[in-house]
Amino acid sequence: MTLIAEFLIAFLIVLGGAFALIGSWGLARLSTLMARLHGPTKATTLGVGSCLVASMIYFPLHGGTWSAHELLITLFLFITAPVSANMLAKAHLHRQQTNIDSKPMDGIRDGLPPPGDGTEWATFAGGHSEKI
Amino acid sequence: MLTKLFPHPGLTALLLVVWMLMLNSFSAGGLVVGLVFATIVPVFTAPFWPDRPRLRFGWAMIDYMAIVMFDIIVANFHVARLILFVRNRDLRSRWMTIPLDLHSAEAITALAGTISLTPGTVSADVSADGRHLLVHALDTGDVAEEVARIKSRYEARLKRIFL
Repeated sequence: MTLIAEFLIAFLIVLGGAFALIGSWGLARLSTLMARLHGPTKATTLGVGSCLVASMIYFPLHGGTWSAHELLITLFLFITAPVSANMLAKAHLHRQQTNIDSKPMDGIRDGLPPPGDGTEWATFAGGHSEKI
Repeated sequence: MLTKLFPHPGLTALLLVVWMLMLNSFSAGGLVVGLVFATIVPVFTAPFWPDRPRLRFGWAMIDYMAIVMFDIIVANFHVARLILFVRNRDLRSRWMTIPLDLHSAEAITALAGTISLTPGTVSADVSADGRHLLVHALDTGDVAEEVARIKSRYEARLKRIFL
């Protein structure tokens, strides 16, 4: 039983580490900022997730008490990761639209699809956007 | 009286559960302090959510979480393959516009968060009138198909949770 658990823990840690590494590698090698955003959002979900599951198995097995903190870490990560990705994307949209960024990429200046109905994306609608 | 004391029962329950998990051990004293906080905090923060939507707890929620978890795991392997084996110029990165049927800000936030968490898609912006969502996909062949998948898989389920 202990042996199976040890194998499971080792597998989960290696899996988590591998996904964290792949996420960082994606951050380094993808070409545009929007594409790079995809890398780190992956590492936080499965990479951190499997490390936390491994921790939840490891500590009760080695005489420690079962801890619920891993669940909370997962919860807080899942709440904060999309928000930070969204803020990065919005800042990027602004930099491209206002020509702060000298190299227009991601097709933002000409390739951004319009939302239709004659409205604008909320980022560019100024301070007068209607309430949702 | 009861609705005055507990204006937001869901938040009260959530705060109490998070508080007990933070303590990491059960004690009567901890439970009492948790109960006090879980009662006071919703009362004082009530002005922050003037017209919050009603939530339906139960199977619809559990079903949604299970599906999102499953999709996160599957899509992680998919994106890992893209990062490791597909050259930059072969990636079909593009923008998508998702027309929304959801109306409340909370439901749209939940959908946008789900889209960002499931690898391969990041939600970037919402239209000024709140009817469309701007999403960036790392690699997608057919935009219409991807939009239809998100709508049927996530939005339809969210519509059953947010009344």
